[in-house]
Amino acid sequence: MELEGLLAYLVSLAIMASIYAVFCLGLNIQWGYTGLFNIGIAGFFCLGAYTSALITTSMPRGIYAHYVRQLFGLGLPFPFGLIGAALICGLVAFLIGIPTLRLREDYLAIATIGIAETFRLVFNNEGWLANGPRGLMGLPQPLQGVVPPEYYNYFYLAVVFCVMWAVYVAIERAIRSPWGRVLKAIREDEISAAMSGKDVFLFKMQSLVLGSMIMGIGGALYAHYTRAISPDVFTPLYGTFIIWVMLMAGGSGNNRGAILGAFLIWGIWTGTKFLTDLLPYTMKARAPYIRFLIVGILLEFILLYRPQGILGEEKRVSRFLDEG
Amino acid sequence: MMLELFVYGIVLGSIIALGAIGLTLVYGILRFANFAHGDLMTAGAYVGLFLVSSLFPLIGIPREPLGPFSFGWRMVAAFPVAMAAVSGIAILLDRLIYRRLRQKGSSAVILAISALGASLIVRMVVLILWGGDYRSFFPGVLRPAMELPFGVKIRPDQVLIIGVAALLMVSLYLFLHYTKTGKAMRATADNMELARISGIRTERIVLWTWAIGGALAAAGGVLYGIDVQIHPGMGWNFLLPLFAAAILGGIGKVHGALIGGLVIGVLQQLSTAWLLPTYKPAVAFIGMIIILLVRPQGIFGGETGGT
Repeated sequence: MELEGLLAYLVSLAIMASIYAVFCLGLNIQWGYTGLFNIGIAGFFCLGAYTSALITTSMPRGIYAHYVRQLFGLGLPFPFGLIGAALICGLVAFLIGIPTLRLREDYLAIATIGIAETFRLVFNNEGWLANGPRGLMGLPQPLQGVVPPEYYNYFYLAVVFCVMWAVYVAIERAIRSPWGRVLKAIREDEISAAMSGKDVFLFKMQSLVLGSMIMGIGGALYAHYTRAISPDVFTPLYGTFIIWVMLMAGGSGNNRGAILGAFLIWGIWTGTKFLTDLLPYTMKARAPYIRFLIVGILLEFILLYRPQGILGEEKRVSRFLDEG
Repeated sequence: MMLELFVYGIVLGSIIALGAIGLTLVYGILRFANFAHGDLMTAGAYVGLFLVSSLFPLIGIPREPLGPFSFGWRMVAAFPVAMAAVSGIAILLDRLIYRRLRQKGSSAVILAISALGASLIVRMVVLILWGGDYRSFFPGVLRPAMELPFGVKIRPDQVLIIGVAALLMVSLYLFLHYTKTGKAMRATADNMELARISGIRTERIVLWTWAIGGALAAAGGVLYGIDVQIHPGMGWNFLLPLFAAAILGGIGKVHGALIGGLVIGVLQQLSTAWLLPTYKPAVAFIGMIIILLVRPQGIFGGETGGT
């Protein structure tokens, strides 16, 4: 019994870590390979989750219609949710890229903060869109009812893991292609990339859109795991900050590092909960703040003492150059 | 109605301008986006809260409000102390984090990420010490509003906010233009290498920048607390208006940040005629996007935005 509980706990931990790993992979394309400074991940997280929720749920009927309002509910299967989330997030990234990608890198950062805050405000205040602050509940899960409920998390872990793996393999291939080398060239030196005849804006845009699409998929995976979403979930702390710490810890510019960082930091984050459980009762309410303080200090230590992260970037350009 | 919102916009805009000036100074001299600047405002507000509600009652400074204002000698004494304290916090953050990163030759983006971390650290310390509730400096003290021509109602506190902000900005202007340190700061902002060659000790200038930026942020935070209530997320909510103001005025331009702050403040308040007040950060964001599309270098042509 004890062991079973532990296993179930580890599975839920692994599901969340894998979902975060998807976000880290998305951020790695933008920041790790192209040097795009996106600190509004929470916005794409939120948008992806809500898009998938609206696509996969059905319009509330009967008495529920009095309590739940949503713009539409298509009732389509789970994969459509993932695709829809990716497409919408890609579109938003495209729109935000137009005014910012030709400017200095920190303008994109500020604009993405704005996007994240704006989405949270819109979903919170516009009740007709997705039920306002109460959010949406009872989101459908893939093969729900087919897989026995007591094993469902194992199955969902497999689903999340497959998506993560697919994203990983796709990015690895893309990054080792000539396309990926252009991204790295832009990151290292924009002007010489432009002088080699590369359309810097176009490549940055592709990187931004692709990374944001992956983040949308991450948001959808999250929504169908917790089955209930509300705007207050997608705060900058859980939605943006922790993902940055994960990528910096694992090693930006390294996809295995991104996954490692997600598992490691999520492990530490859950671990600190045991630590704060030891606090006296009066301090319990403030325990989450202490945990975030620890994560913030951890980030500064990484930046100061190991900016390349645990794994660091692989310098290998091509498999034909192994000897070099 | 619109005129009243405009006047409230000037009040909010003065507070935004105080923050934006610090942000633009740091941006111009240290050349990175200080995402922790909003949280310096939060820190100032909470240092003020600690002084007026915990420390000063202990040492027996009377609570009685002064004249038509909602606060008394406690706030008068707390204001400069909060400014000095946040100057200290800003310098401490520089010593612990930013200076070390500078010496390692880290890029501006790495500094900005570390500022994001610093903002989290400051906010979490505030949350641990004071909790997440909304707080007032002087709960329960209500002062009648004054009636201006055209039916505009304004509280004496709000008039004072505009006055104090204006006084601080005039002092800053005099400091930057008529003292040796101020001139050295402007020179460093123009070109750090040239400034160093001319014998300016740039590390000292960096300290001055943080001290001034921190003090102005604290002033903004405390004034915001005098106007409405404070809460730990206020600095984060101020971040978008601050950046919008700094970009609108042109990065590195002090007078630009002032104008930008007023414009963004007025824009935010006027928007409440049609939109929910909670949308204020989004209004600042939309304003910023329009600026970036139309004139990314800002009205006063600051730091070049393009590459």
